[in-house]
Amino acid sequence: MAILVAKKVTKRFGGLIAVREVDLEVRENGIQSIIGPNGAGKTTFFNCVTGFYNPEEGEILLEGRPINGLSTDRVTKRGVSRTYQNIRLFKNMTVVENILVGMHPHLRSGIIGGILHNRKTMQEEAEALEDSLRLLRFMGLGGKGDLMAKGLPYGAQRRLEIARSLASKPKLLLLDEPTAGMNPSETQETMLLIRRLRDELGITILLIEHQMRVVMGISELITVLDYGAKIAEGLPAEIQRNATVIEAYLGRGSAEGVTAPTTPPQPSGIAPSS
Amino acid sequence: MKTETSSIWKNAIYSGLISGLICLLVMLVGLVESFGETYIISGLITLGDIILLIPVVLMTFMSLRGSSNLPRSNLAGISAIIGLISGFIISLLVIFGQTVDLRPMFVNASPKLFEMVMRGVPLPLGALVPLLTCSVAALLTLGIHLIPARPRAAVIQGLLWVVVLGTLRDQILIIDLFKIQPFAIVLKRVVFAISGLRPLGAVLVFAIVTGLMYYLSGRKKDPSVIKSPIVVKRNRIILIIILGALLLSLPWLLGIFYSEILDTTGLFILMGLGLNIVVGFAGLLDLGYVAFYAIGAYTMGVLTSPGHGLFNLSFWQALPIALFAAWLAGIILGLPVLRMRGDYLAIVTLGFGEIVRLLVLSDWLKDILGGTQGIQSIPPPIIGAWKLNSLPLLYYLILISIIIVGFIAWRLKDSHLGRSWMAIREDEDVAQAMGINLVMTKLLAFSTGALFAGLAGTLGATKLTSVYPHSMTFIISINVLAVIIIGGMGSIPGVFVGALVMVGLPNLLTEFQEYRYWFYGLALVGMMLFRPEGLWPEARRKLELHEAENNIGPPVSNEPSINETAGAVQ
Repeated sequence: MAILVAKKVTKRFGGLIAVREVDLEVRENGIQSIIGPNGAGKTTFFNCVTGFYNPEEGEILLEGRPINGLSTDRVTKRGVSRTYQNIRLFKNMTVVENILVGMHPHLRSGIIGGILHNRKTMQEEAEALEDSLRLLRFMGLGGKGDLMAKGLPYGAQRRLEIARSLASKPKLLLLDEPTAGMNPSETQETMLLIRRLRDELGITILLIEHQMRVVMGISELITVLDYGAKIAEGLPAEIQRNATVIEAYLGRGSAEGVTAPTTPPQPSGIAPSS
Repeated sequence: MKTETSSIWKNAIYSGLISGLICLLVMLVGLVESFGETYIISGLITLGDIILLIPVVLMTFMSLRGSSNLPRSNLAGISAIIGLISGFIISLLVIFGQTVDLRPMFVNASPKLFEMVMRGVPLPLGALVPLLTCSVAALLTLGIHLIPARPRAAVIQGLLWVVVLGTLRDQILIIDLFKIQPFAIVLKRVVFAISGLRPLGAVLVFAIVTGLMYYLSGRKKDPSVIKSPIVVKRNRIILIIILGALLLSLPWLLGIFYSEILDTTGLFILMGLGLNIVVGFAGLLDLGYVAFYAIGAYTMGVLTSPGHGLFNLSFWQALPIALFAAWLAGIILGLPVLRMRGDYLAIVTLGFGEIVRLLVLSDWLKDILGGTQGIQSIPPPIIGAWKLNSLPLLYYLILISIIIVGFIAWRLKDSHLGRSWMAIREDEDVAQAMGINLVMTKLLAFSTGALFAGLAGTLGATKLTSVYPHSMTFIISINVLAVIIIGGMGSIPGVFVGALVMVGLPNLLTEFQEYRYWFYGLALVGMMLFRPEGLWPEARRKLELHEAENNIGPPVSNEPSINETAGAVQ
């Protein structure tokens, strides 16, 4: 069953069509990827799903109910959460505060409770703190709760961003290049982590990724975008062999495996499989 | 080595030139002459002298601190150069000013100023006097610099206290407590003269302060003695009781002059606490904050003034209505405006502040709001049989308001809502992606801020027993903003410190009134350069602004992923 369905989603910026009639189905409890050359409209598509952009045409359904046109905070409350390509933590807040902000959709106490510190509020705050600490331990950030977010090393910042997006207990998690800038061992850890999120927490995962080792390693289904349009979809092995995809990445002629690419391979090597 | 020595002298010459030019500036804006009769030590040193020599002392001090590993002869040379060059520049002005009349261009370049600078010695010889005084000041600075650290700190404190007490002679003698014997006789016969300190008093003050500071700095805290939690708690309770008693007795100890200052400062603390929520917590720059003060004050005026005769409510009946009006104004302004960001929001709020002021001034609303005349004879609050019609009594009302508002601000800061505000301040888009409803959350900040300003407005109206449009100017908004910037953005104790420094102090130093904005600007520029996080910063803000020093930036990631994955698929 599909948790997220996008039907003919189109997003324009003036004359530029950033996303062109994209159809996409994300299966519940799956790990799927969107790939494509730079500027293919992947992040724009994410922004349409999360409500940051309102697509001009098409429909986006979450668990069968439309979410296009809703504001970002509403979409989050419906169970979609995301991370960013360039890490966007609340840098001057502590690690645990970042998580607590992420828990926002589940906190009920308001301004009066905050002033009077009634029992309900205090209990809620105590539970939230406990949950955050548990989440931090799960993400391998145990004991770092009181550090400033910006003081964390790069890899830990990435993990904190994922932890923050988990704090809202999403059903669907959108990861925008979760391994960007990581070394091989960090990348490996992140891949394991993404699997654990699915297996242990039951979260459906849709990711944008450039590192082909990651994409091919963990995706169950891959969608390829180019110039805003979907050009292919299929299992990793199929995508690796798909002529249109190779052409999109390496330029015309490469698909036959005869001429060398005239432009350097853009994000990474979808080389013709040897 | 040679280049190094030559650069030392070059720097000394630069410092001398800078300090000389600052001396010129200080003389030509009239600071020196204005305080030429205000004695610090009666008959010996005036405040004008001190102001003239401060640049020399500071520049010498800074140069010496930067070159502490040099031999003493070099240090003496540096000090002498700075002193002589500064003195020389002053002398030039004096000679030039005595021959040509500079006053068409520089109003303050008067014969009296020159006479002062030359300390009464006529010209040919008199031109040497600034050279001498500046050199003496520079060499004295050197002398103090050469004292070992612990006594040096004590000596500097002692000198500072002499200057401060000398300057504040009038303000100290006006204190009610010091009108009581035996304080009065000691202060008037021993310590203070008609203007400034008596020489004996100055020596006493210096000796006492220096001795005390030396003793205090010598007391070492023994780290092995850990106080039990009970003792710590008991000490804290005692401290709170003493502080509370002091706060309660303050208007009676200090008298009516100080009560006025306390009340004004208190109103700015209230507004500062409110604006701190808007700007400090939520990061929404509001430049028209005075509008909410005006709405609170005018609502109070219209509802209570018998001269006005429309409603004749009592203070307590009008208070909730006035607060509601300010709060509502916050919501009404906030709804359309809060979709804007940063600079745009600042401009729109600025406009709103002016609109409110102009509405109040307008003929259109003259019948209700009184136009330029404003609203007069606002009655005082009455509690039982007490009429809170004096400044010391009103002080208590303001104090209670500050405690309540401060408590609310403090609780909100660490609440779920406070975290949401902070998240919005950090990154609005991401905050929204975390499920935070931006409009609602910002509105809460804006309307809470408006409510507090409204409260300050009602109290301000009762304090003055009148409201008029000229007290609702843009500069008030800027003053409140300066209070929270100087105190430390987002810091609650910072608001108190900021209000004391930016409102209390200028009101206290009435003789500086003319130069108020001069010092105001100086303080703001200085703060932004040397202590941008404010006087009492919030802990996190401090980390934010001194990142470079702490060197805690995230390490750069190892390598671009492209290279290593290029062949990985195969």
